[in-house]
Amino acid sequence: MSTPFAAAVLSSSILSGTSLLYATLGELVGERAGIVNLGLEGLMLIGAAVGFAATSLAGDPYIGVAAAGLVCLAANLIFGFIVIERRANQLAAGLTLMFFGFGASTLVGRPFVGAVISGLPRLPVPGLGAFDALVWLAAPTALLLWWLLFRTRWGLALRAVGEDPAVAFAAGQRPQLLQFQALAVAGLLGGIGGAHLSVGLTQTWDEGMTAGRGFIAIALVIFAKWNPLWAVAGALVFGGAESLQLQLQARGADVSPFLMTMVPYALTLLVLLIWGWNRMSAAPAGLGRNFFGVE
Amino acid sequence: MPRELALALRSPTALAMRHRLPRAIVVALVALAVFAVVLLVDGKDPLRAYRDTLVYIFGNTYGFSELLVRMTPLLLTSIAVALPSRLGLINVGGEGQLYMGAWLATAGALDFPDLPSWLLLPLMTAFGFAGGALWAFLPGLMRAAKLVNETISTLLLNYIAPLIVSFFIFGPWRSPESSSYPQSPAFVEAARLPALGSTRIHLGLLFGLVCLTLYGFALNRTRRGLEMRAIGGNAEASLRLGIPVSAYIVVTMAIAGGIAGIAGMAEVSAIQGRLVAELSPGYGFVGFLVAWLAGGTAIGILAMAFLFAVVSSVGDILQITQGVPYAVINLLMAVVLFIVLGQRGPAGTSR
Repeated sequence: MSTPFAAAVLSSSILSGTSLLYATLGELVGERAGIVNLGLEGLMLIGAAVGFAATSLAGDPYIGVAAAGLVCLAANLIFGFIVIERRANQLAAGLTLMFFGFGASTLVGRPFVGAVISGLPRLPVPGLGAFDALVWLAAPTALLLWWLLFRTRWGLALRAVGEDPAVAFAAGQRPQLLQFQALAVAGLLGGIGGAHLSVGLTQTWDEGMTAGRGFIAIALVIFAKWNPLWAVAGALVFGGAESLQLQLQARGADVSPFLMTMVPYALTLLVLLIWGWNRMSAAPAGLGRNFFGVE
Repeated sequence: MPRELALALRSPTALAMRHRLPRAIVVALVALAVFAVVLLVDGKDPLRAYRDTLVYIFGNTYGFSELLVRMTPLLLTSIAVALPSRLGLINVGGEGQLYMGAWLATAGALDFPDLPSWLLLPLMTAFGFAGGALWAFLPGLMRAAKLVNETISTLLLNYIAPLIVSFFIFGPWRSPESSSYPQSPAFVEAARLPALGSTRIHLGLLFGLVCLTLYGFALNRTRRGLEMRAIGGNAEASLRLGIPVSAYIVVTMAIAGGIAGIAGMAEVSAIQGRLVAELSPGYGFVGFLVAWLAGGTAIGILAMAFLFAVVSSVGDILQITQGVPYAVINLLMAVVLFIVLGQRGPAGTSR
């Protein structure tokens, strides 16, 4: 392989790994507080649609990204109301959010199919490519979240809630408030991740354009052992699988595009298989359980 | 996490349905009202949409028969979720299992076109079962070996199965007569499941009802069903009692996937008559919600599958009469579910 090919693969894995990283970080914060959100796929779709629509209307990609983040934050709080306040089953509520995202994003995005937008401006890096602001901010965001989760009182309380809300409550924390805060962060990041797809990466809107990235991100949380710093490595590897496929295709490699599209999903499964169950022991103990509290 | 869902599948809404039918009607009305607002905002006429739907469904027998056509795959995919849930397993892979069933059944139809119908159809059904079973057997195996959680593996496999289908219909099975729209060659007449009269109701509905009856009977009246419920209640204790928990996990997942696979076989054999890329508008996922709302009971599955068939026909009508994309119907479904999920059950009994 020539050098430009390697550079192209690296550059596009960073670009396509970015949306995955934001989404993974969001899910990770939620899961640290004990809440699994299977609706991430729907959330990213809403982010992509709203981001694209707002960019097209306002003419400014940053407004688009901000709108996507805020709308997804609100959507995730609805999910939060149902699982935290109403104590509904998290998996069922998550799938419901997924369906909501499928429907809502189609409705929001439909008038903008084929619209031309000025996407996020990219800053060129010699010999590698050009990256937009969200790409530059992705790794620092992971670092910031790591610091928040593992080096602040808020993070300690949040993780305590994820392990056992009853104990956290007995220790004077407010589990439900912390879970809402975690989901707000998760929604914001999920929306930004979705928006990066439509406003940064492809600069188009297409129904169902996330194509399972939300689920890959959920798997990446396990891969990352619920640690934001590992999530950076995970997102790069999986962004790489996707970009390798695109680069091979662009260079006319004689492999069926369908077989190559399978690679990220198969790879995710394979990695989880090799990692094995012992990773599960790193999971927050209270994951998926509802806190009935003391009322 | 899986235990929680298993519990949810077992009790609350099942009870709720028996005692709170009026409440269910209120839920439906509220959901329709909320969805009407969504349609209004989008500049559509919700009242006309609902009236059109009513006329379509109850105006003639064909419209009503289409409900049963929609309901057929939902019955099968929701059993595919309900069965493993007895063991505390979460199968979110009905969609992929359906596609794999359709894929292998198509292989049967295309490879043995000369067989008589009475031999070919059972063969295709067996192939469909095998395809779906394979797609659930793998997650079952990984779960039993304590390697990968079945929730995440079934979710990921959902994305691989349609790609396998696409690979075949764009490649080896591409029909020569249609260049623009990729699909497999049409099945021979012997490979088509017979339909009822002039409707599209097909034998798949009978499959679904038989599977549902067997499901209800096996769980409540047999030793295996008892052992399954025991594992769902406490896997550790069951293991110590000498119940082969791992074998149950693998076999149950495979059977469940096979049932979803039959749904795929019925779709290609009865409805499409060939393998196409857009085989299912999310039947696998909706099946999960049907099973969950039904609390895993056979009668509940029947009722909920019917309800979601109605919801999905609203989507059809909207698409035909007002040009609303079918995906928008996911919103109506989500609104119904959000309202049901948002109702707080009596403390302790719920979830």
